[in-house]
Formats: sequence, C-alpha cells, structure tokens
Amino acid sequence: MAKITLKDIRHSYYSSPTADEDYAIKHIDTIFQNGGAYALLGPSGCGKTTLLSIISGLISPTSGNIWFDDENVTEVDTIHRHIAQVFQFPVIYDTMTVFDNLAFPLRNRGVSEADIQMRVQEVAEMLDLEEGINRRAASLTVDGKQKISLGRGVVREDVNVMMFDEPLTVIDQNLKWELRSKLKELHQKVDTTMIYVTHDQTEALTFADEVLVMYEGKVVQSGTPVELFEKPMHTFVGYFIGSPGMNVLPCQVKNGDVVFEDLNVLCSNQAAASSVSSGMSTELGIRPEFIRFADEGIPVNVRRVDDIGRHQLVHVEHGQHGIKMICPEEQPITEGSANIQFDPSRTYLYADGWLAENSNTT
Amino acid sequence: MNKTIKQGAWLFVIPVVVLVAFNALIPLMTVVNYSMQETFGDNVFFWEGLRWFEQVLNSERFHDSFVRQITFTAIILLIEVPLGIAIALCMPRKGFWVSVCLVLMALPLLIPWNVVGAMWNIFALPDIGLLGYTINAIGIEYNFTRQPFAAWFTTILMDVWHWTSLVVLLAYAGLSAIPDAYYQAAKIDGASRWAVFIWIQLPKMKRVLTIAILLRFMDSFMIYTEPFVLTGGGPGNTTTFLSIDLVKLALGQFDLGPAAAMSLIYFFIVLLICWVFYTLMMKNEQQ
Repeated sequence: MAKITLKDIRHSYYSSPTADEDYAIKHIDTIFQNGGAYALLGPSGCGKTTLLSIISGLISPTSGNIWFDDENVTEVDTIHRHIAQVFQFPVIYDTMTVFDNLAFPLRNRGVSEADIQMRVQEVAEMLDLEEGINRRAASLTVDGKQKISLGRGVVREDVNVMMFDEPLTVIDQNLKWELRSKLKELHQKVDTTMIYVTHDQTEALTFADEVLVMYEGKVVQSGTPVELFEKPMHTFVGYFIGSPGMNVLPCQVKNGDVVFEDLNVLCSNQAAASSVSSGMSTELGIRPEFIRFADEGIPVNVRRVDDIGRHQLVHVEHGQHGIKMICPEEQPITEGSANIQFDPSRTYLYADGWLAENSNTT
Repeated sequence: MNKTIKQGAWLFVIPVVVLVAFNALIPLMTVVNYSMQETFGDNVFFWEGLRWFEQVLNSERFHDSFVRQITFTAIILLIEVPLGIAIALCMPRKGFWVSVCLVLMALPLLIPWNVVGAMWNIFALPDIGLLGYTINAIGIEYNFTRQPFAAWFTTILMDVWHWTSLVVLLAYAGLSAIPDAYYQAAKIDGASRWAVFIWIQLPKMKRVLTIAILLRFMDSFMIYTEPFVLTGGGPGNTTTFLSIDLVKLALGQFDLGPAAAMSLIYFFIVLLICWVFYTLMMKNEQQ
C-alpha cells in the first residue's frame, strides 16, 4: 500500500517529440492517496491507458517522476513495483486450470502452497469461480475469463495499487453491476489504493470517491462526482459528465457583462468576466437540469420533446443554437415559441475552455 | 418444418466432382487396378488378387526403406521444430529488421528442389565443395558418396537448411498474433521468461505448430528430389527412402504390380499417421 505521486509526467510515443501534439500525456501532476478509490474517466485516446502503463512501469515516461510513498520508482521495473493490473480484454493462461491461473502470481513470488490454497479459495468464492475451479481456463465464457483476470489482480494482498483498465467492457450488463459492487466491497475490505479506468461515467461515478477527468493528455478536473457535476472546471467535463451533457454556447464579454446573442446573461462567476482578455474565445455553460421555462427570458423555439423516463428532454432553439433542457415529467410542453431562463447560480463563463476565474481572487 | 428439396442443386456439384475425378479418383483407381493384376504389356492383364500387397509387406527391402524413412522424418522433425521455434523467438517484433529477417528466412523456400539437391551435392564434395573440403581440412574424414553416416548427415543438414524456415515463418506468425496484453499481464504476475514461453507463447503457437508439423511430416515422408539428386539413394541403399525405392521398383525394374501395391500402402501410411496426429491434437484442444 502506498501513496502514489506523479510529478511532471509527460509521455510521447515518438522518439523525439517537439510539438505539444506529439505528447500522449501532456502534463500530469497528481497524487493518489493511500487507500483511495479513484476513477480515471475520459474518451478513447485521452491517455488513460498510457497513464496506467506509466504507473505500472510497462512504459517509462519521457520525463517526470513517479513516487510510491518516499521511493522514486521511475526506474524500477514492473515486477518490483508490486502492483496489480487488470486489462480490458481477458488475459488467461489457456492451458492452466482456473485454480492455477489464480495461483500464478502467488507461485511466481514463492508464496507457500498452503497460503496459496487459502487465498485462491477466498478469491474464487468472491468471484463465484469455485464451480469448475479445476477445469481448463480456456473452456470458460468471456465473462468467466475476465473474472479470472480480475481474480489474478486481487489475489495478492501486498500490492501497492490495483489498477483496472476498463475491465468490465466485455462483461454482460447484469454481471457488470455485480462485479462493480464486488470491487467496491473488496476495496472496503483490503484498503488498497485502486485506480479504475473507464470511459463510462456511471461506472466511474459509482466506483470512485474521486474522479479524475482526462482530456487530450491532461487531467482537466479531479473531484467528487458531485463537484464534477455541479461545477465543471472545463467545458469538456461539463459535456462529458451528465446525460445529456452541459449546453455550451458561444458568448461575448462586454464591459463585464456576459452577452449571448445580444441578451445579457448572469453567471455565477460573473466577477471573473472583467479579467477575461479580449483574445480569448468565451463560452457559456449551463446544464440542462438548470434551465426552466419562464414568462420572459431568452426567446426560443421548441423543436422536439423526448420522454426519457422520469424526465422530459426538450430540444429548443435560439437562432441557430440548439439548447437541451430537462423538465419534470408532468409538465405540459407544446411545440412552438416560448421563453427560457438559466439559473444564474449554475451558469458558468468559460474562457478558452476553462472556467473563468477572477485573477484577483483564487 | 418441411424443407423443400431442390434436386437441381446437385448440378452445381458437378464441376467439383469432375475435377476431383480427373485429378484424384481416376489416377488412384488406375493404381488400384495395377496393384491387383499382372501385365506383360499389350493390355493383357492377369488377376493376382492381394498377392502384390503380401509380397511388398513381407519384403525386407520395403521394411528397410520404411525404417529409413521413419528415422529420417523423426530426426528432421526433432531438429527443425525446436530450431524453428528458437529462431522465431529471436527474431525482432517490429522495425526495419523484421522484413530483412523474413526475406532471408523465405529464401531457401524459393529454391527449386532439384537445385537444392545439386547445390548441396557440389557444396559437400570432399575435393572441391566448401563444406566437404572444410570438414576434411579440420581432420575429419568425410565423403558422402562413400560413407553412410556422411550421406545421412549431409541429407539431414540439407533438409534442415531448406525447410526450417517454414517452421520459423509459421511460428513467427503465431507469435505475432499474441496481443501485448499477455506479455504485460505476465510481467505484472511476475512470470519468468521460461514461464512466458511455456504458458503463453507455446499454447498460442499450438495451432500453427500443428500445421507446421503436419506439413513437415508429409513433405519429409514423401521426400524424393533432394536426396535423389544429392546421393541417388546411396551409398548402397543407405539413403534410399520410400519414394526413391518406389521409383526404382516402378521405373527401374518396371514391376508395375508390386509398385502399385507399394504406392497404395505408402499412401495409407501417410493418411493414417496424419489422421492419428490430427485427431490427437484436436482431442487435446477440446479438453
């Protein structure tokens, strides 16, 4: 068990990277506290897997250092980092039995046969693999194989960190919930640092205490699920988290006022408007949950209403800008013209993608 | 449910039937025909029943060439398969050298068989051949046209040179198909190099190795051209393998009946060994 510190990590798959675009990991400076449950959330190609490989030592970063507690492990090879990792697709040793698969990481480290019996039994019980534990692993279904991969990841108790790289992609929907709660349960029991990589926000938000949202090789925001939802630090976070994501609308800043299509809009970070310099591209962010119909406000045209279960998803248009809003199920909505209002405490001004901040305060 | 049966579909099978008839069935039946009769030319045939089969199966000559054949095949398989795997493991996985290695490996496979025989014949000549001269120069008496051991040594070396590449290419293809995640998982599990070979690489290569062994078995069991050009089956009969013996019997002595019987026996041996081998591999797979 260890606290993991990533210092100034940059990584490029090219041998001599020059431009910023050459880097898969642009710049990451993060601490994973001992015993925390973390999720790395981001779209495909944002560098999540690269970051995991850097932590596990399968890749050595172009620059920067990794610390496990007080030890700099940047140059330490994978086996001596004492980590566990589960991959997206099941990796099993075909010719071994299920039992031998689970025992493999222990046997390689010279654990006594009695302890192996005990640990493997425990893990097999947790993952419902006891039945047919002496069968060839190759005969299992994909679900079963991925359970073996998971089992090999959690069978060692002395690991510094357990990492899961989208481990439930191939798993059946029903089983997903079950396995995810098993992992959560395991985390409470063993208190090992866990990092869970996924592009599925539900998975990230249910598993983790803290979610790191990655975008184009950077961590754009880290925080609790609630923080990510209520105060996205970057338009990408707003767009990526939530269903549907945040509405992002172009706007201008004029004399400290935020102007959307000739209409003044109040923002929660209004004070920062004055510190936005003129060259920046500015945008408004408002989640569909915080828009309401009103007698006056922004005139819109209601185009379509989707029933999404307990809510209605309303597609409206102002000029050429499409806006999505969520309304209670019982509210009657007619197509045609209407007015909407943004909740000022939930409306944010973004400059060059990032939440505008007043340079005088922090 | 009632399926409608359209007899017209049989029409589409006709081309294949005709093709198979001409390239397999009719020639084979001709051989069967010869194997049961005696002929003195002029299309005059006398019924002999299974006499030729009995004669061949009981002849010492057939036993000897069969034993030579099995020994030869066993030796080259024992050398070529492990050697091929070892070379494939040493080959680079990516970069410029991959194509260089692959081309170098493929070269021996592109040379016509009789050219291989002629090359090695000259190469191994004790007076002017590089190999033969060198071996004699370091003090070992070597003459493949006179010493049975030298003849075997040269024939095996030639086959290894010619065909190990096939095993290498197949094994390499098998190795390339293993996803990186397996190696990464093995690293994380703390597996040694040997464990990676035994538990990941070998099981993943099993299919291609099955094919490699089958191909090498069949080819070496039916080998003719190379040893014929190199040693002509000599010295004496020491390198007379089944196919060379068959040709001597059929064309040298013109004993068509016994030769036909022998080729049928030969054919069934190959078929039987392949079938047993393949069945065993597949059974193993299912467990």
